[in-house]
Amino acid sequence: MMNPAFILILGALPIPFLGRPIRQAWLLALPVVAFWMAFGIDDGTYGQVAVFDYTLVTLRMDGLARVFCFIFLIAAFLGNLYCLNDDDPVQQVAANIYAGSAVGAVLAGDLITLFVYWELTAISSVFLILASGTEQARRAAMRYLIIQVGSGVLLLAGALIHVAATGEIGFNHFGLETTAGKVIFLAFGIKCAFPLLHNWLQDAYPEATVGGTVMLSAFTTKLAVYSLARGYAGTEILITIGATMTMFPIFYAVIENDLRRVLAYSLNNQLGFMVVGIGVGTELALNGTAAHAFTHILYKALLFMSMGAVLLRTGTCKGSELGGLYKTMPWTTGFCIVGAASISAFPLFSGFVSKSMILSALGHEGNWFAWAVLLFASAGVFHHSGIKIPYFAFFAHDSGRRPKEAPFNMLLAMGFTAFLCIGIGVYPDPLYAILPYAVDYHPYTSAHVINQLQLLLFSALAFTFLMTTGLYPPELKSTNLDFDWSYRRFLPCVIRWGGRMIAAADQGARRGLLHLLDEILRLVNRYSGVEGTFARTYPAGSMVFWAVGFLAVFLVLYFVG
Amino acid sequence: MTTPPTDEKKYWLDDKRNVCKIIWTLVVVCAGLFVADAFYHKHPYFAAESWFGFYALYGFIMCVGLVLAAKFMRTILMRDEDYYDGGDE
Repeated sequence: MMNPAFILILGALPIPFLGRPIRQAWLLALPVVAFWMAFGIDDGTYGQVAVFDYTLVTLRMDGLARVFCFIFLIAAFLGNLYCLNDDDPVQQVAANIYAGSAVGAVLAGDLITLFVYWELTAISSVFLILASGTEQARRAAMRYLIIQVGSGVLLLAGALIHVAATGEIGFNHFGLETTAGKVIFLAFGIKCAFPLLHNWLQDAYPEATVGGTVMLSAFTTKLAVYSLARGYAGTEILITIGATMTMFPIFYAVIENDLRRVLAYSLNNQLGFMVVGIGVGTELALNGTAAHAFTHILYKALLFMSMGAVLLRTGTCKGSELGGLYKTMPWTTGFCIVGAASISAFPLFSGFVSKSMILSALGHEGNWFAWAVLLFASAGVFHHSGIKIPYFAFFAHDSGRRPKEAPFNMLLAMGFTAFLCIGIGVYPDPLYAILPYAVDYHPYTSAHVINQLQLLLFSALAFTFLMTTGLYPPELKSTNLDFDWSYRRFLPCVIRWGGRMIAAADQGARRGLLHLLDEILRLVNRYSGVEGTFARTYPAGSMVFWAVGFLAVFLVLYFVG
Repeated sequence: MTTPPTDEKKYWLDDKRNVCKIIWTLVVVCAGLFVADAFYHKHPYFAAESWFGFYALYGFIMCVGLVLAAKFMRTILMRDEDYYDGGDE
């Protein structure tokens, strides 16, 4: 049984040595072959390797792993197609190792195998950011790498504690009761961009290359979602964490100018929906999470592809410098709108059939607060991803830019992804068929369709109202402070201040000590120096005189005695 | 900003009246959807869902609130575009 992850990882290695046409065919064939392999694997565990006293399970296939494995391989294919014309073997090798290790992690049946792939995703993906070649990207890449590797180190620490406590290395349900459970939870949480652990995402993704961001958007965070679903299903705190994640990034998304960063914020918001589903933990909720991860990877990739095409053709992705591009990039515009409609969960688009499962699961639980937050976030995501992205890039005020339409391979990748987004929305049954649990869910009820349209179109009305009245904040060239400020500005400031304080204290101490030494030397000098009492010299003659004198006195006393 | 050639083809959306048409279509569709609330059977999980026009009003009010709140956040959080350049790490 060949592990599909190996196909991508090992298949990536010869890429630099292949000529262009063969390389292109190779890039498209790798994910297809891997998918074909994955398709043929029945539920069960394979690829056991004995290491010391433990048995590693390098391949475990079950309902949950299958959905993520399939969508990762589809995303790898679409990403490779999108980047087909890049003559950058380093990036192509990195991208395929990255995709392969994400698949490997999803199929990992034990914590050690998971750890190895976990770190491999971190190390391989950083090249997609570095490949941008700018100083800004290099710094973002280093921050990204430190945080990602840090997450892996926590995972390893948690795994070791777990093994020490239970003697098991299996990657199964942990829960938060044990220390190991808490440490591993934190490791997953970092990669899943939990609130306050999230900033690496908005920091690094928009700095990656045109194709790099498309790849990045698919794997890392969804691997974390999968891991949480595996290890922490039904952990109640995830509902609170997820609801917070759906809400706060949308405020940032409204005022962010870099459109790829807007998408990074909305990615964070979409992860929140999945995390809530894991927190609810019922069969419907977990199906919802898996389905939403599946649809999300597609429409998010589509949106990043369309913004990537804009970046490639215009050299910028800033809302303040774009507008009116629909005139010369009509296909890209159309595909972007399909992605926007899908993420907004319009009926007949993919988001509609997946997101609603999570909301329904919350309804069944009677958790009205989380439900209201998610409903707000649904309206909000339509507002910034559904309207803002296509509106400011392709419509709005005419920027006067007349770029060429995107290259053919990119259009093909976008077209294919858009087809899947609509296909799943119109006919969700094949997706429902591969979900972890049996599905008894019907998204297209009249109440659901009408309610969703009401929510979305009145949000559109709100946008129109704010635009026509001039209340809508304009796109401005700016940086908005987020939590990364704490480690990019505050912490360095504290460290610098601390450094200055230590330096000052050190100097003070040195000066004091020197002063003390001076005093001692002065005293020594006074009594033992050249002129000092103890150091006075006497001529040898006087010594002899005194010695003879004493002897004489002794002699006299002797005679007298 | 570059200036497009003046003899360029006019697009349908270039005409302000057509933009108005789109806006009015949206308003009419919204009004229709609002009224539609009276004509279908609801299966609410929560009491709020059975209020007339709940989804419509919630969507509108929350979105306006979201944008105004975000606009206010700018006064606190917005910095120059090159705020982090050269200063961090």
